[in-house]
Order: sequence, then structure tokens, then C-alpha cells
Amino acid sequence: MALNDMHAEAVAGIVDRVVTRYRRDPTCMVQILREVQEACDWIPPEAIDRMQALLGVPRTKIEGVAGFYSFFYTQPRGKYRVLFSDNITDRMLGNKAMMDRLCSSLWVERGKVSEDGLVSIGKTACTGMCDQGPAMLVNNYAVAGLTATRIDEIAELIRGKVPLAEWPAEYFRIEDNIRRADILLGSDLKPGDALLAARARAPSDGLMASNMRSWREGLPTGLSGPISMLDEIKRANLRGRGGAGFTTALKWEACRNAPLKAGLQRIVVCNADEGEPGTFKDRVLLAKYADLVFEGMTVAAYAVGATRGFVYLRGEYRYMLDHLNAVLAHRRRENLLGNNILGIPGADFDLEIHVGAGAYVCGEESALIESLEGKRGTPRNRPPFPVTNGYLDQPTIVNNVETFAAAALIALNGGEWYAGIGTKHSAGTKILSVSGDCERPGLYEYPFGVSIRQVLEDCGAKDTQAVQVSGPSGICVAADEFDRIIGFEDIPTAGAFTVFNNTRDMFQVARNYVHFFQHESCGFCTPCRVGTSLLKNLMDKLHNGAGSPYDFTEIEKLNQLLQSMSHCGLGHTACNPVLDTIAKFRPAYEKRMMQQDFTPAFDLDRALAAARQMTGRDDPAAHIITEESGEGA
Amino acid sequence: MSQTFIIDGKTVPFEEGQTIIQAATKAGVFIPHLCYHPDFKPHGSCKLCTVKVNGRQTASCTMRAMAGMVVESDTEEINAERRALTQMLFVEGNHFCPSCEQSGNCQLQATAYHLGMMSPHYDHFFPNRPVDASHPEVLLDFNRCILCSLCVRASRDVDGKNVFALSGRGITTHLIVNAKSGQLADTNFTLDDKAAHVCPVGVILRKRKGFAVPIGERTYDKQPISGTVDAVTEGH
Repeated sequence: MALNDMHAEAVAGIVDRVVTRYRRDPTCMVQILREVQEACDWIPPEAIDRMQALLGVPRTKIEGVAGFYSFFYTQPRGKYRVLFSDNITDRMLGNKAMMDRLCSSLWVERGKVSEDGLVSIGKTACTGMCDQGPAMLVNNYAVAGLTATRIDEIAELIRGKVPLAEWPAEYFRIEDNIRRADILLGSDLKPGDALLAARARAPSDGLMASNMRSWREGLPTGLSGPISMLDEIKRANLRGRGGAGFTTALKWEACRNAPLKAGLQRIVVCNADEGEPGTFKDRVLLAKYADLVFEGMTVAAYAVGATRGFVYLRGEYRYMLDHLNAVLAHRRRENLLGNNILGIPGADFDLEIHVGAGAYVCGEESALIESLEGKRGTPRNRPPFPVTNGYLDQPTIVNNVETFAAAALIALNGGEWYAGIGTKHSAGTKILSVSGDCERPGLYEYPFGVSIRQVLEDCGAKDTQAVQVSGPSGICVAADEFDRIIGFEDIPTAGAFTVFNNTRDMFQVARNYVHFFQHESCGFCTPCRVGTSLLKNLMDKLHNGAGSPYDFTEIEKLNQLLQSMSHCGLGHTACNPVLDTIAKFRPAYEKRMMQQDFTPAFDLDRALAAARQMTGRDDPAAHIITEESGEGA
Repeated sequence: MSQTFIIDGKTVPFEEGQTIIQAATKAGVFIPHLCYHPDFKPHGSCKLCTVKVNGRQTASCTMRAMAGMVVESDTEEINAERRALTQMLFVEGNHFCPSCEQSGNCQLQATAYHLGMMSPHYDHFFPNRPVDASHPEVLLDFNRCILCSLCVRASRDVDGKNVFALSGRGITTHLIVNAKSGQLADTNFTLDDKAAHVCPVGVILRKRKGFAVPIGERTYDKQPISGTVDAVTEGH
């Protein structure tokens, strides 16, 4: 009997327990599937039977959701499910050798389940450990800083069927690596202080939460507290830290002013789906400054009149869930969450953590809301926007983790103080997640306006060829642009800062990113679903030595199409890494070009790969050509 | 008093709440589309109906018409992009028109003709998509599925059955049916369902009724798809 075979009654019992805890609420589908899988090691058909009965939703809905997220398995996987992070930084740190070592040690083929059902080994997108790679997830718990020795130890633990809970705790230790702190990473905010400051700033007749206005609406004085909070955010000129840079006060005001139907409420959502490869600042903010973030959310709730909140935590950060729930419990005890927070009448707000399940697209706010509602994470048609029709059709603000942390400090110190930091167009500080070729990878917080050169100097980068700012969807900055600055007026960023020295092949960097977008496309719209696959095939064609100038033209045409026709930002930006590297590092492409105008993608030798695998042969005589074939997919 | 907007130089009236494609269709202006169907809530996924509104591209099936907006649709630039999308759909699945029962009634094929598509252009993906012949009356040939979700919407919103749904993600997105076995025979699907008659391509096929209308006399053999603005996909 395979290890992951369970009796149907046992499965039903697990589903009953999980579904009951989530109040039989189908909007908690993603959480229910996650917990069922944590208990069953996969999502067996019997579990879906039971969920269907208890939740009263069609099977198609459950299977549709389960099939969308990378971390949900509707086919049996190993008791130990190992996923190696495959960001370019992990590759640079040798993740392939680590994975090969584990595979051969455990006698399992990559992507497959071992015959005894004990272990499966695969790859996953960036797990947010770029400062301490190579990294992996074991049953969705992060293990960083892998070495050959550690891999051998892990192989031994798996072979010995040692439960994950009994593995040495040091394996799961994640470093914060804070290298440069400013107002956020240097904050020693006492829980509640920002809220107390906001309360102190409100005129005494305004000590009333916005959500009381259904009966206070007509009264002229009852709302000045929340409004004065909103004014501080305006004065601070705070802009969203997730990359797009939308003015925070405008978003909050739109949500605040959105009409509310009877029985509905306003919602505050913290986007902690930090999926952009190369970004890991939210990981540290939540691990070390969770109170600051939650306090920022509470400030936002007070300003917009929201009563319910969510943190959408990416599945890769599952290991933080218990810690975050403990912080929330403490805040409830201190009356920093709950009813009449700090004695302010009507200041009722509480929040819960939802854990994602491996889908980059859920960082897009409307896809995130779909996922929160227990659906496939597909971006919505807009308008209407979330500020009027968000979570369960209620007015909703979605902000980045760092935005909320900044909002807490603005509540504490005032908008003018904040606006005085940074540049004219970019107020405040920005936390950069520095990784790649440098001596001191980690978090660097700077006032906006810092030059690329300065950051490179501070992190100990030498012979730098390029920096990818803001991840694959951002821009690739070449050496002659290192005097450009981080800020909305020049290079906006969600925080990724990936350094490449002169020995790196920028074509492979771009190819890694293209593979990422192809894997993460949600598949909703034609241009992105098919276009990212076509783009991946073209990059692989170049990689396999069959590239020609014709392919350049094709890449450019695809880019045009993705930018103009795609449904959301994922498709719009999927070509960025290729176009940037073609423009700035053309020789990396040209050396892969055959001289002909066109070379077909079909390659007889590659077509024989299946035959080779079936016959167990890979000797030179089994190949048409003997060229190194380094397919990385 | 009704309001108007301009599409390709033509003034088109619209009622409050109408989308661009609704108003345009009513005024006899054809906008290519595949996942849009007048009877169902727009999906906005195929992107064939993309138009340029005041210089910005947007799906005309989800964008509400607004007074005074200037819409470009039948331009060389937009049609070239629509053609590329059509080619993408052709290479993504397995579409062999000459042997397909729906040839001549197929919106994908007719749209390709309309847009002057002369070849698939891209390399074929040749996905492996087994057919489902389990149902006594209906055959599902997933090879031709373009993921428009019309059957999903019809089954959910009209038939109240949820027989179909999309699962998977990205390029592996695929249609599933509501049965533990994954077989249509184990669902409550019948030929009377609305969902049995909305497929714009040749996935949902009635058994034992093949080629009842000879090739050459089918819907789009008689007139191009642009000539059928008022009678979009009424049955097979």
C-alpha cells in the first residue's frame, strides 16, 4: 500500500473537521483545500466528494479551483513534497546541482513521485529566499541556504520517514538580513502607538469611527477623526509600494466614499502575495514587524470605515502563519483589534490571514480578491474597480504590506514628516530586496532618490553588468545607467534588486524570466495564455542554437500583441525582460544566432528524446548531433 | 433621447448600460468575437473583440459605451492583432477543418476567413486531448476547445446544472465536466441543454447526426461571419 493511500472514512473525517472550522463557507475554498491537503498529502477524489456534499457546490467548482493553484495536487504526490526554488538567483547559486543530488540520492526522477509514494521532487517559482538561496519548500515549509551536506541530511531524514516536525529547527531558520534600516526597518513602534497618535490628532468631537456613519451621516462633526487620518495620508503623498504606485489616499477616499448597500461592509486587504521573483521585503516585514503592518491596516480601516480585513499571504510563506496568528491574538487581547478599538466608538475591525497556494497572478488585486472568495485566481474585468466592488462585491482597498507599514508611521508622526523624506515626487523610503552577485544580499531601506550605483556600492557588488529592478516585470538596468535613481520619477519598483556581474549570461536571465511568466499565466485570455508559451518556445529555440533574425522579429511582434491585447499586467509585462536584454545586451542573443534567415524550431535530435528515454539510452550514438543540450524546463 | 458614440467614423446610438459590442451589433457594425454571445454575461477572455477607445485598447464586450467616445475597430492594425490571436487559437488546439463536422458552421474558421488568415503562422503545440465519447447522445472533442467558456456559462446560468467548468492554469487550462469519473455520461447533461448548442467551434457534437447539411451549404458558406451580425450562433 502506498504511503498516501487513506481510507475514505479517514479522508471524510478530515474534510468534516476542516470544513466545519471554516463554517461550511465556500468562500474559504482555498483555505479548505490547503488544510485538507496538509492532512492528506494531496486532494483525493473522496475529499472532493465530501466537500461537495458539505459545501453544497458543484464538483466542477472544487476541481476548477484545485486545478488552478500550483500547490494543490489532485493526483497523488509524495508524502514529502520537495520543490526547489527556481529563480535566476537560485540557479546562480547552484540549485540544479542540489536538486540532482537529492534526486539521485532518493532514486526519484524530477517531477515524478517515487515508486513507494514517499517523495516527489520538482521546481517552483521564486520562493522569496533570494538572499539565502538556494532554497526549497518541503510540504510548503521553507528551507533556505542549501548545501550539499544539508541535502544529504535531508535525503536521510526523508528515507527514514522522519516527520517534518521532528526535523532540526535550524533547517527552517530564515535570516532577516537587514543591511540598511531607515524609518520602517528601524521602527520600534509599540503596538497601539500609531492608533493612539491618530486618536490624539482627532478633534474630541470627532472620536467616532467612519463605519458609524450610517446613523451619523447627517451630523456635521461626527466624522472628523477618520477624515483627519485620511488628510495625513494625503499630506504624506504616500504611493502604493506594490509597484504601480497608485496614490494611496485616492484609493482610500474612493473606498470610503463608495456607497454601501445594507448589510455589507468595507474591507481592507493586505497584499502579501509577494510573488515577483527577487522580492522578499514583505517576508521580513511580516516576520519582524507584523505589528507595524497590522497597525497600518487598522489605521486604514479607521480612515475608510472598514470593519473586516484580510492578509493574503503567499503560500510560500506558510511557515509564518502561526506567528502571525499569535500576533493577531495578542492585538485582540490589547483591544487593538475587535470592537471599539482603544475605546473609539464604532472602531470595530478584525482581520484574518488567508494563505495562497502558488499563483503569482494573485498578486494582481482583482485576482487576489477572487482567490479570497475561494475561486480561481483570474483577474476580473474592470471597471468596476475593487474600491467600489471588491471582496464579495463590497468596497475594498488592497494595499501592499509596505504601504500599510508606512501608513502606520504616518499615523504616528504625521504626513508632513513623511513627505519630507525622499524626493519631491516620491515621498518616504523604499525597501529594496537585494540579491544576486553581491557580498551582502539582504534588505536595504533608503529614502527615495538613491542611485543604483549607491546601492551597488553598499551591497558590495563588483564588476556589475546589469541590475534587474522590480523583478521580471520591471526593467533591466545596464552599467551606463547606474546613475539613475529609485523613485516614481525615474525607476519605480516593488523592491526587487537583482545584481548580475560580468560573468552572467543575460540571455539566460531573460529566458528564466520568460519561463516564469509562461508558468504563471492564468490562462484566462488568449494573448497571454498562448503568447507566453510561444515566447518561451522562441527563447528555447535560441537556447538550442536554432535562432535566427526571424525570431527577433517574432519576439517583437509577440511583445506588441501581449502589451496591447492582454487582460492584465502579467501579459503586459511578460516581454519586458526579453526586450530590455535585446536592447541592452544584444551580443548575448547574437552569439546564439545562426547565419541563416530562418531555422525551423523542429529538431530531429530533440524529437528523439522520448525514444531515448524509453530505451534508457543517452550515449552519443543515440543522438543525431552531439551538441550539449541544456534544456532547463 | 438616446446617446451616441462613433465607431470607425459611423455614429452609433446606445442605451445606458450597453457595451460597445452590443450597441455596434444593433447598429449593424460587426466586431469579430468568439467568447461573446448576446445571451450570456460577457467573459472578455478571447480578446478578439478588442477595439481602440480614445487610443486605448479594450475588449468591446466588457466595455460600456459612453457618449462621445471614439472607437476604432476595423483598422489594419487591430485586424492584424486579431488575426494573430486567431492563429494562436489554431496552434494551441488541434484544428483540422477539412475533417471537422463543424466546418462551415464554425465561428473560429469563419473568423479566420474574415480576418484573412492564410496560415497558422506559429508552430503547432499539438496537445494531447482525448475525446469523451461516453455520453449516448453527445461527443466531446476537446481538441477544438478554445476555452471561450460559453458552455460553462450556459450550463450554469441557463440550465442550472454546472456541467462544465475550466480547470488547470495557463497553457494547461482545460474544460472539465461535473463527474467524479470525468466522463460526460456520468453527468446530467442532455441534448436539450442550452449548453449543448452554444459551442462556437466543434467540441460539443451531436452523435449520429453528422454532416446533415452538406459542406458548401452551411451557415458561413452562404455568407461571411460579418454578415451575420444579428443572428450570432443560433444553434447548429
